[in-house]
Amino acid sequence: MDNSRRKFLKIAGLSAIAGIGAPTAFNGLLKGEAFASSAPSGGGGHGSEKAPTGKRYGFAIDIKKFASDKDLAQRCVNACHSTHNVPDFGNNKDGSKNRKDEIKWIWAEKFEHTFPDHSHYKKNEQLQETPILTLCNHCDNPPCVRACPTQATFKNSDGLVLMDFHRCIGCRFCMAACPYGARSFNWRSPRELDASGNYKYIKNPNPDFPTRMRGVVEKCNMCAERLAEGKLPACVEAAASSEAIVFGDLNDSHSPVSQVLKEKFTIQRKPALGTKPSIFYII
Amino acid sequence: MYDKGKIIPGLIVFVGLVTFPIWYGLATTAGPLPNPEKPTNAKECVEPVEFMRSSHMVLLNEWRDNIVRSGGTRKGTTADGTEYVRSLQKGCMNCHTSKKKFCDECHTYAAVNPYCWDCHIQPKETN
Repeated sequence: MDNSRRKFLKIAGLSAIAGIGAPTAFNGLLKGEAFASSAPSGGGGHGSEKAPTGKRYGFAIDIKKFASDKDLAQRCVNACHSTHNVPDFGNNKDGSKNRKDEIKWIWAEKFEHTFPDHSHYKKNEQLQETPILTLCNHCDNPPCVRACPTQATFKNSDGLVLMDFHRCIGCRFCMAACPYGARSFNWRSPRELDASGNYKYIKNPNPDFPTRMRGVVEKCNMCAERLAEGKLPACVEAAASSEAIVFGDLNDSHSPVSQVLKEKFTIQRKPALGTKPSIFYII
Repeated sequence: MYDKGKIIPGLIVFVGLVTFPIWYGLATTAGPLPNPEKPTNAKECVEPVEFMRSSHMVLLNEWRDNIVRSGGTRKGTTADGTEYVRSLQKGCMNCHTSKKKFCDECHTYAAVNPYCWDCHIQPKETN
């Protein structure tokens, strides 16, 4: 009797240890990045990055081209917004009513607002007056993707931070997480109709792209749908005549954008946050 | 049994009332069967008719997840080799040009309200 109880206790003890140890050992074997990112984890914004892998599309935006042609930024914005059926509620000016309802994928911003962590003391006046084209930075380490509880926003294999509007529950965590204000929330329906049955806020809707509905967040998708057809992003195309925006794969050293980045001095927005933006500005 | 005269007719009336929906269904029809308009410019859909009839919504979800999330191809080919775009707006509605005459026909009959058109833009109805 004593003998068998002793045996039983031994076996039970061993099983308990094995039970506790197994998951830890298993996790050790399966260890990997929880979310897809082509960048190594950790590391601040400054300094150099490790050798990258995979595609990573990015822009180099030449600020001087926008200084010499003040309408260029607006033309890029219009090209983007008409391609993606972005509603215009007429509230996109400083001080306009219901400014919070504004939907924007790409917009012109003041230099000091675009780069708030740079010193603007005694800086060149022309720079301060230049409209700086700002959009989603398609970060290599996107905080919005980590914040999204439904994985409605995610990083795709081309290095683009995309949204699946079907999955968005409108919690706006991503908006809180994005340090660049690149995300807009549909506080009201973008599809309101006017008296003649047309969309009130979307002039000439693009029949090849959906609109959004009330209660979802939206942002720039770097024209993933156009890239799939072998076209350039709409804003790049709008600025093509002056080559103000250079597009390409940042991880391909022969791409146009990599060539430009090698030659010119560029800055990124808020590099200290370590989000690793894919949008570069040529000053 | 006490009150036989009240209980038995009462039971009959009760059973009659409870089974009323069944009878009513047998006695009347749910109206004419839906007849979605078939496209004239194509003979074959992307999958067999039976599959499309029962599982088109599954197919649409698969297309969406594959294209949006996995970077899947946007082009497909039918069994007879016709190319099509794997897209509701650019693919399906290319042949089935009327939402009213195609989608709504069955959806109204089955009393389902899919939310596709809350965001996707339906083709202009030509009447």
